[in-house]
Amino acid sequence: MGDTATFEYRLPSLGADMDEGRVIEWRVAAGDTVHRGDLIAVVETEKSDIDIEIWHDGIVEEFLVDVGELIDVGTPIARLRRLGDDPVPRAQDSRDQEQPSESRGRVDVEGFTVVQGQGRVLASPLARRMAAERGLELASISGSGPGGAVVEADVLRAGAAQPSPPATQPPARSAATMRSAIAERMSRANREIPHYHLARDIDVGALKMWLDQRNAARSISERLLPAACYVRAVAVAAARHHDLNGFWIDDHFEPASAVNVAMIISLRRGGLVAPHIERADQRSVDEIMVALNELVTAARTGTLRGSWLTGSTITVTNLGDTGADLVHGVISPPQVALVGFGRALPRPWVVNELVTVRPVMTATLAADHRATDGAIGSRFLATIADELEHLTLLEQSERT
Amino acid sequence: MSTHPPVSDPVAMVLSAIAEVAPELEPELADLDPDVDFWLELQLDSMDHLSIMTRLSEQTGRDIPERDYPRLTTVNSICSYLSGPGT
Repeated sequence: MGDTATFEYRLPSLGADMDEGRVIEWRVAAGDTVHRGDLIAVVETEKSDIDIEIWHDGIVEEFLVDVGELIDVGTPIARLRRLGDDPVPRAQDSRDQEQPSESRGRVDVEGFTVVQGQGRVLASPLARRMAAERGLELASISGSGPGGAVVEADVLRAGAAQPSPPATQPPARSAATMRSAIAERMSRANREIPHYHLARDIDVGALKMWLDQRNAARSISERLLPAACYVRAVAVAAARHHDLNGFWIDDHFEPASAVNVAMIISLRRGGLVAPHIERADQRSVDEIMVALNELVTAARTGTLRGSWLTGSTITVTNLGDTGADLVHGVISPPQVALVGFGRALPRPWVVNELVTVRPVMTATLAADHRATDGAIGSRFLATIADELEHLTLLEQSERT
Repeated sequence: MSTHPPVSDPVAMVLSAIAEVAPELEPELADLDPDVDFWLELQLDSMDHLSIMTRLSEQTGRDIPERDYPRLTTVNSICSYLSGPGT
């Protein structure tokens, strides 16, 4: 590049199966000073519209792509001038060019902060566009979304006075396009990753009782779901068994320095997203519940942030009580493990040499055999079982 | 007891709670049979369930204990539960 006083901001990969996207709105203008974590653009992917953040301080010099132009991941979209002593953003400059987009996951893991709106009206990209189409001022609409963000329902309400066609769905992304993106991605995972699969039945009777008692004593908005406990258990296990928390890059395993647990959320209009809870191992089960709620709400309302989709270090899929008994998952590269939780069902279970009936849930691990062997996977699942059967850390996090 | 005013249109309140939590389902709600188990029908998951119950609880000022969840499966059953005497 030569000119070290400037750097290019490239279209990040906002999920393992994203290969291309388009900038549909700039949040900054040429000449603006931006700081790490600022939202600079809205990017449309096959799955949803996502706010993307800048990782480094700088002054926007020039936009390098047009709004609406379809571009590949890694394409420079803006050139910025460095600010004074900002560390050289080498990760953005060089790695992007040399490596497949997924590799950047590791680089991006550290130091993510989810920024809240900065003086700007918080709104989902869809709501923003709908408001613009209807000639409504965003600031005049009261938001009911996360953090008071204006979501489409708010725009619809605000615009109810004026007749307009119902725009209750995000802009039609062809289901076939999304399907083919997932197909390509999953084919690659199956082609490149030698999976091994382990399963372990876990007695969740004590967990259920603990949740029932805890939830009965709490207001509805503070209640916990089993999913929060599962994520907590995975985070604890991932922090303990480093070999399953990280990335397979360039023929070797790179452990991640943080535990960012992604949760697969299926979208009812088709497809799925897997945003993560950053540093989940540092959070109590209550904090994880709040974060999960935030992710699901954002996924449903199209307000996911780019930082939730990059840098995931391990993934969880929870089938829920209406789902199947167990899942043999497919890992999302470059991660090396996916943990699945089946539905909890009353099953015969032996306690003290007597057969009794307990609610039992099957946890599974899909792991990359290049990175680990079954013995490590077994110990990982044993840690999860221990957490969920003995509530060790759940109760600890309650006391602290 | 709560200081919330009585709900004039409980069906609309339930439908709008669903639409807020799952905006992509809004087009389907007009045709929703009020006597069908809509959690299954609309493929709502446990997080959606909790969010919808939370909204209804906030709007009516009523606690909705988990033990009552099993009988709150249809729009009509939720409406009659919320307009009932409480637990």
